[in-house]
Amino acid sequence: MKHMTRKAMRHISQNEGLIFEKSSPGKAAWKLPPLDVPDVDTTKLLGKQERHDLGDMPEVSEIEIIRHFTRLSTWNYAIDLGMFPLGSCTMKYNPRVNEFVSRVEGLANGHPYQAEKISQGALRILKTLSDCLLEITGMDAITLQPAAGAHGELTGLLLVRAYQESQGNARKKILIPDSAHGTNPATAATAGYAVENLKSNDRGMVDVAALAAQMNEDVAALMVTNPNTLGVFEQEIHKIADLLHAKGGLLYMDGANMNALVGKARPGDFGVDVMHLNLHKTFSTPHGGGGPGSGPVAVKKILEPFLPKPVVITKPDGTLGFEYNRPQSVGRVRAFYGNFGMFIRALAYIFANGPDGLRQTTEDAVLNANYIRKGLEGVYDLPYSTPSMHEVVFSDKLQSQKGVKTVDIAKRLIDYGFHPYTMAFPLIVHGAMMIEPTESEPKEELDLFIEAMKSIAEEVEEDPQFVLDAPHNARVSRLDETAAARKPVLRWKPENAG
Amino acid sequence: MLQAIGIRSVDDLFSPIPAEYRLTRDLAVPRQMAESEIVDWFKQRAKENGEGYTSFLGAGAYSHYRPVVIDALVQRGEFLTSYTPYQAEFAQGTLQAIFEFQTMISELTGMDLANASMYDGSTGAAEAVLMAVRITGRHSAVIARSVHPEYREVLSTYATHQAIPLKTVPFTGAGQIDLKELEKALGDDTACVLIQSPNFFGTIEDVEAIAEIAHKRGALAIVSIAEAVSLGLVEPPRTADIVAMEAQSFGVPLGFGGPYCGVLATKEKFVRQMPGRLAGQTVDKNGKRGFVLTLATREQHIRREKATSNICTNQALVALMVNIFMTVYGKIGLRELAKQNLAKAAYAADQFGKRAKVLFAGAPRFNEFVVQTSEDPYAINSRLLGHEIVGGLPLKKFYPELGHAALWCCTELTTRSMIDTTVSIVAESEGSVRSMKEVEQEVAR
Repeated sequence: MKHMTRKAMRHISQNEGLIFEKSSPGKAAWKLPPLDVPDVDTTKLLGKQERHDLGDMPEVSEIEIIRHFTRLSTWNYAIDLGMFPLGSCTMKYNPRVNEFVSRVEGLANGHPYQAEKISQGALRILKTLSDCLLEITGMDAITLQPAAGAHGELTGLLLVRAYQESQGNARKKILIPDSAHGTNPATAATAGYAVENLKSNDRGMVDVAALAAQMNEDVAALMVTNPNTLGVFEQEIHKIADLLHAKGGLLYMDGANMNALVGKARPGDFGVDVMHLNLHKTFSTPHGGGGPGSGPVAVKKILEPFLPKPVVITKPDGTLGFEYNRPQSVGRVRAFYGNFGMFIRALAYIFANGPDGLRQTTEDAVLNANYIRKGLEGVYDLPYSTPSMHEVVFSDKLQSQKGVKTVDIAKRLIDYGFHPYTMAFPLIVHGAMMIEPTESEPKEELDLFIEAMKSIAEEVEEDPQFVLDAPHNARVSRLDETAAARKPVLRWKPENAG
Repeated sequence: MLQAIGIRSVDDLFSPIPAEYRLTRDLAVPRQMAESEIVDWFKQRAKENGEGYTSFLGAGAYSHYRPVVIDALVQRGEFLTSYTPYQAEFAQGTLQAIFEFQTMISELTGMDLANASMYDGSTGAAEAVLMAVRITGRHSAVIARSVHPEYREVLSTYATHQAIPLKTVPFTGAGQIDLKELEKALGDDTACVLIQSPNFFGTIEDVEAIAEIAHKRGALAIVSIAEAVSLGLVEPPRTADIVAMEAQSFGVPLGFGGPYCGVLATKEKFVRQMPGRLAGQTVDKNGKRGFVLTLATREQHIRREKATSNICTNQALVALMVNIFMTVYGKIGLRELAKQNLAKAAYAADQFGKRAKVLFAGAPRFNEFVVQTSEDPYAINSRLLGHEIVGGLPLKKFYPELGHAALWCCTELTTRSMIDTTVSIVAESEGSVRSMKEVEQEVAR
């Protein structure tokens, strides 16, 4: 290593093959109790539907399983190991009390179809979380059913369509800023809309004049992220809402960046008609290596009749229940009631913070992002000087003069013991490096990160090839993604065993 | 830090938000609680939630034993608090686990390959239908009425907005899809037939016959599997084109309906039309084996509005539970586990059959069965609740034509004494037993 890093050093990492390579007949990690009912003749009961072979399913012992997955786990980076500065992903601390309460027996073992009479606990959780999220967003009604952010986007657009159909014009187009996350256009297409791009202005915000020119009676909604993916608050958000509303359009807000607003500003107060939240970002439920997420959708009064069914209601006797009789509902977007386990965690997070904590969380998140911005300004190019909220976007402009790109700097960060930032996004910044520290990071960790980034910038000047070859200290060096896509190997087979 | 940034107070950082939108009061949410208070609050809710009750509910959410190693391993921070493995060099653990998951799911479903998971079984089935529409270039779909009613509702939501007409095919007196009606329902614009097996009634469908009928008309056969444990003992749908599975049974808590773990599995030739993440094997610069997310050109972050789906997340941590469960039981244990489920349900159906009517006796079933009673199942369930027993799911809401019927489920966790006690309580209202013929006539009506 060229430069010393204070954050990380190499340590022994165990090798581990695929589980199938450890399998051999007769090993077992399971034990069933003796059968207390008469044994059955499977052939008689199932006939030709009986299965006789489970193919290459493994046979291994319990200690092998524990070691297998423990070894695999040590090959991952995680929030628990340090700052995870992925922009727009809000990788904040996942409190352990959340995990604990989600495993309390009556909640973890509750069946979605058990009678309402013995579901009052679960219903109370749904109701309390809904009330909190409505207060936080300033909206009027909510569904918790969508399973993730993109699923929430889809639900939100279906609500827009149902509402506008009820007004006599279903409309055809969704406007999406060029800085938007890829799920926005993909969702619009999934919901059956045509997508029209909207250019950003030179401050990285929605170009209001362009919006005015593109807005017409064919436009169903504008999907905007606020703060946007540059970490910039859309200052003319109300003007944007007015422009849409004047022509019967609606304002959709992608709540991916809500961590910059909680307790400080409410989308419902600045003209948003429909929005989704990401409980796995703003509300601390774990990302778990890519999911599960949870994407509640909050709406203004006009959209309430169209919410997915069922909705939670308070009955005349004060108990809670599900209401299925919703003639204008867009229908269901998921079986049962959504990712309930994530609701428990999000609510525990809200309880642990309270009003003061939620506000301070937002303030600390914005403070941390601005501290990094200040620390790296001049070392890396800052394409937009507009004030940053909870995240800051640099570019590789200075380093690319030496042939080093955002991806290379990202891979070198791994050697320094940090997960890379979000690279090459948003698309409007060439060679983007999008950094979101969240409120979870103490100043010491931020300083280590700034030091690492500065050190890499020096390395780029001194020996760009060294950075281009990174990572040097990871378990594997750069992996051949092209080969993986050209001839996909998507499962293990005995014949390609080594 | 304020000094370093060059500001006087944190409020300065919020000046980009126009003053009229800044919140100047406290949020009206519950006050900050201590950890002990949080734990108490949720324990109270658990007590109001049927804690400790015996249950006979299945219907897409199954109560199986969860080996303790599952939670011991998934709570490791390196799994719990990591991100989607886009930075492969720093996420080899998650990627290798996904690769093993894909392998085991392919093996169990009889398909060539599987993705890294979908939101759940219902959205997975809907995505499978959209996938079939893309593959065939046809624009309508046929669906069995014996598919989980809520899966059908979700599909209907997705299909309506893609202008995909859906035709529903009824079931026979044996509780299976009516093959003659299926043939009639298929047209030149039918992209696929979606069935469930074991279906919503617990009955095993004749997938081979269904797939043959579909293929003859150029349509794909999609099989939804809600009870994954059945795969230990029931022949997988090898002749299907897409399998859309809910893997909750494999070590995922009931959790009042989620998070669960959908999965899509398919034939190799269809992989580029499959939505969702895929882990693939490759090598690093030194020729060492490693894993990456691959075929990303199908996905939204690359293709935007031209992507195969808008799906972004998978259910990685839940898929890891499933993965560990499959590894614990493995080749022999999964069969033995399935066999216990089959035996318990067969015993229970026999016992119920002595006091009430068990419908759909004409076809093989796995661990669920439909019981028809003279008394309204809601009344029966209310009586059972007094004994801290949760009875079967009343079907009136979904299948009014079945009258006083309920869907019952037994798993390896259901004991003989639970079954005997429950049957005797149910029997309090069940005097007479009608003949199977009467029941079939009723169904036909």
